[in-house]
Amino acid sequence: MTPELGYGVLIVAFALAVYGGVASAVGARTGRTRFVLSAQHAAVAVFALVTAAFGLLVYAFLTFDFSVRYVANNTNLGTPFYYRITAVWGALEGSIVLWAWMLALFTLIVIVKTRDQARDLYPWVLTAMLAVLAFFLLVMTVAAPPFQRLSPVPPNGRGLNPLLEDTGMITHPIALYLGFTGFTVPFAFALAALITGRVGDAWITLTRRWTIVAWYFLSLGLLIGGWWSYHVLGWGGYWAWDPVENAAFMPWLTGTAFLHSVMIQERRRMLKLWNLGLVILTFSLTLFGTFLTRSGVIASVHAFTQGAIGVFFLAFLALVVLTALGLLAWRWEALGAQGELDSVVSRESAFLLNNVFFCAAAFTVFFGTVFPLLSEAARGVKVSVGAPFFNQVNVPLFLGLVFLMGVGPLIAWRRASLDNLKRNFLWPVALGIAAAAIFFVLGVRSTLAVLALALTVFVTATIALDFFRATRARLRLGEPPLRAMGGLLLRHNRRYGGFVIHLGILVITLGVTGSQAWSVQTETTLKRGDAAELAGYRIRFDGLAAREESNHFKVVGTFTVSNGRIGPTAMRPAKKFYPQEQTPIAGVDYWMGLTEDLYLVLGDFARDGTEATIKVQVNRLVSWIWIGGFVLTLGALLAILPERKKAT
Amino acid sequence: MKIKFVAGGVVILAALGYMIYAGVTQSAVYFVTPSELQTAPVPGKAYRLGGLVTAGSLTWEPRTLDLSFALSDGRATVPVRHKGTPPDLFGEGRGAVVEGSWAPEGYFKATLILAKHSEEYKAPHGETEAGYKELIRSLRQDVR
Repeated sequence: MTPELGYGVLIVAFALAVYGGVASAVGARTGRTRFVLSAQHAAVAVFALVTAAFGLLVYAFLTFDFSVRYVANNTNLGTPFYYRITAVWGALEGSIVLWAWMLALFTLIVIVKTRDQARDLYPWVLTAMLAVLAFFLLVMTVAAPPFQRLSPVPPNGRGLNPLLEDTGMITHPIALYLGFTGFTVPFAFALAALITGRVGDAWITLTRRWTIVAWYFLSLGLLIGGWWSYHVLGWGGYWAWDPVENAAFMPWLTGTAFLHSVMIQERRRMLKLWNLGLVILTFSLTLFGTFLTRSGVIASVHAFTQGAIGVFFLAFLALVVLTALGLLAWRWEALGAQGELDSVVSRESAFLLNNVFFCAAAFTVFFGTVFPLLSEAARGVKVSVGAPFFNQVNVPLFLGLVFLMGVGPLIAWRRASLDNLKRNFLWPVALGIAAAAIFFVLGVRSTLAVLALALTVFVTATIALDFFRATRARLRLGEPPLRAMGGLLLRHNRRYGGFVIHLGILVITLGVTGSQAWSVQTETTLKRGDAAELAGYRIRFDGLAAREESNHFKVVGTFTVSNGRIGPTAMRPAKKFYPQEQTPIAGVDYWMGLTEDLYLVLGDFARDGTEATIKVQVNRLVSWIWIGGFVLTLGALLAILPERKKAT
Repeated sequence: MKIKFVAGGVVILAALGYMIYAGVTQSAVYFVTPSELQTAPVPGKAYRLGGLVTAGSLTWEPRTLDLSFALSDGRATVPVRHKGTPPDLFGEGRGAVVEGSWAPEGYFKATLILAKHSEEYKAPHGETEAGYKELIRSLRQDVR
């Protein structure tokens, strides 16, 4: 009964979304608020229905309803309780349900928050949101139906992909999809701005916080993805330039560019066309990424199943791009700039360069990701470019961006005088150069590492300098130190939220630099009692044991690890054998530390337990990547606080 | 003023274009089948070689971490050597893609064995012409 109910609910939701979208558009055209109100009701009903469908799917998972194909494919009687819930979005069909649910939720929030604020934009925003929602509901009813029946009903399911049995998998898709769906809101406002011809700043001001929230969740999703890759996949890295990572990274890059370029429009009335283009591009890239990873065009962990879904996404992507281009052409004349660029040495230039670099990086990632497809289509040879390509082109761009992160916020608008430059950058530049020299003397020989560290110091110094000056100004007015600092953060929360996010990015840069430059690894086969040594660690193999878990069987190796500071402690990397999988899965064991992680992966082993092959890695500074994520979170929270009116 | 910005933009685009071009030429990896590789192997050039791990060819020496096997596409067979534990999805009678280069001594020196984590991995492919074709096709598609 549940599947039929769920299917019915989705069809009704689809019909209502289509109705609501049309009704809102009619309301906007004719000026009759009744239609818009009706559309609003439809949107609320869609939210209720998608929530119900989501609930029904969760129920089917919790009750092991194997008559539902999706449930049977992604769970079995041994799947632990929590993972039965996360399994709901563990594969294609359910992930679309989660996506649609978030979109419906965001539509609801848009209704509540902007209903009375932007009366002329609002109905079109509603139309755009409901149109996107209708597309996802269409996918759920036709291309990837989550409630499809399976007959005959199997006694047990296949089980969740064991790689997804991890806490990271609870949060990673949620954060990522919040990011993806979050960008739908500024996109919808951009469309509404184009349709109504109100291409000024209203849509940007209204969506400023949405953009930050979407950007933050996308960043978080990427970071959690890296964390999952690091501690589950067992190859010791957090980023592989895998197509699926790239698919999520591209909208992040253009979204970050957008986050910066809107400031130019707010301040100087420039880049109207550019900003609309960027947000449309960002939204299109979220669709493109889904197409790329879910259609089977390019295989990866996330390419669950192949089917009609690719065609759907491609068609919708084409529709979105064509509509947007048509609207941009229609409003072409209204999109001219009102401001002018005055000087090459100015904040405008720095932001412009920032945008160019971000877009260049996005293009590079795009190019490298689709290159195998292009080369095969054009020349019939399969040529791929791997991580070296992405690193080679992107690392200079990223370093350039880090540099601009120091320049942009402090350099003067319009035209920076020599005085302004001296005042803001003399000390930071001096510190950066000194840092480079110190790191060189300390024995850092990699040019890229020295450059990255020096730039990190430079940018940190600019932020510290700015904060110090602003605090000092307040102290002179007689405020006590703590209140001066707190007041500064709260009154200019957007600026300082941005600074804190920049600090988070710097911390992540430090982690990435450290892990790329100084990590070491070794692989060796040990007899029982033998020890391997790496970077001051001694790792002794003590034996193997077998254990039965609720849904798998595992072989656990015991290794006694010690180094100069830490006494002997046992570490237990394992190999997990799932009945539904043909091959075992690594169970990594690791120690995390601020300067280095010790990371053990059990390889091959002798069945009698006398011998085991072990991969040992000492990964340097990786923890700072995750710490940077926390700093980023603080900054994002600060930035989305409602801006205070400058009263005094 | 405008000229400066246009000139700056052109310089940046040219630099980016060059970086991408250089990146592609330096890190392009060609997918080849064993018979394609054997017709004209270029020592030192990076390849991805895809084929079936032939029965009886696999040896693994845990002490020295030496792995050797042969990859076949039904028409030609190429000996492959690799240093390191065989990955989980690896075995005789299965398809595999290895990355590396041709050694002048007459074998393929693999630096990486690409494993596919997908649950839809299908191992059995008959040792027939059609079976090999199907295997190579899926390997080409599966591994980027």
